[in-house]
Amino acid sequence: MTQSDFLTIVTPFKDKVFRLAKRLLVSTEEAEDATQEVMIKLWKNKKNIKNYKNVEAFSMTMTKNFCYDKLKSKQAQNLKIVHNNYEDTQVGLQKQLEDSDSLDWVGKIMNGLPEQQKLIVQLRDIEQYEFKEIAQMLDMNETAIRVALSRARKTIKEQLTNTHNYGIK
Amino acid sequence: MVLNNIEKLLEKYDNGETTLQEEQQLKNYFSQETVAPHLEMYKPMFAYFSKSSKEQFTKQVPLKTKSSLYYKWLSVAAVGVLIFGFFYNSSINNTDEYTQTEKELAYQQVKESLHFVSKQLNKGTEKVSYLGIINTAGTQVDYLKEFNHPLRRIFKN
Repeated sequence: MTQSDFLTIVTPFKDKVFRLAKRLLVSTEEAEDATQEVMIKLWKNKKNIKNYKNVEAFSMTMTKNFCYDKLKSKQAQNLKIVHNNYEDTQVGLQKQLEDSDSLDWVGKIMNGLPEQQKLIVQLRDIEQYEFKEIAQMLDMNETAIRVALSRARKTIKEQLTNTHNYGIK
Repeated sequence: MVLNNIEKLLEKYDNGETTLQEEQQLKNYFSQETVAPHLEMYKPMFAYFSKSSKEQFTKQVPLKTKSSLYYKWLSVAAVGVLIFGFFYNSSINNTDEYTQTEKELAYQQVKESLHFVSKQLNKGTEKVSYLGIINTAGTQVDYLKEFNHPLRRIFKN
């Protein structure tokens, strides 16, 4: 398998791997490292790549496990000051500010969710995988996923409503 | 009518029972400028989901090709060959290939030739030895320095 063959397999989902890693690890740099690590692992096992039923699902599972390991490892226990990803956007109207503010809120609320729910929301609402695929990736049954997803969505909704009404009610 | 539909979908959505198509419908609805006021809180949620799905991985992944592995083993092999060659060579030198008489003969020959060389060298030095005379002449000429003293005295005055 040549590099270009490998890239054609990997390119469609490498962004998804990165976003999943970022969801779990929060920092962009850490997520980049994790993605790179996953890609390198895949590249090393490129001989077996044809035997995998679903390379994408396999990579997502790998990413999930890798990020869990990262979070558990000692390295993650040190408090790190992460340069939050400031975006150089044009200063707009107040509405724009408000919008981005509430967008940030969703991100913050999502970071506060339990890891499993974070994962499921990421895979379903952001990456739009079918429940069957998610079940395969996370090695869970579909019902459990639906329950977790429902909980997560309700939590996000409630917290958003609270922040939205803060100072009003 | 549309709103009614959306509300139904949202309820299903909250329970995690929507299909991807239905979720897409919701996303489309909430990407509009204006939504029903009591559903306002869903707007940032869906906006965030669509925004997050556009983030891309831009870092280049260094993919090492197999050839580097070959080079590694090639260098290992080269070192092996070098070491082997060295030991092989030194072991050849140690082996007794020449007999005692041959060695003696060689020794004698070397001795003779060195002797010859030293003889010729001595002849050469003999001929050059009269150059020593120049040295004695040089010392004799030294007294010419004495001239300098009176000369200096003369110039001083």
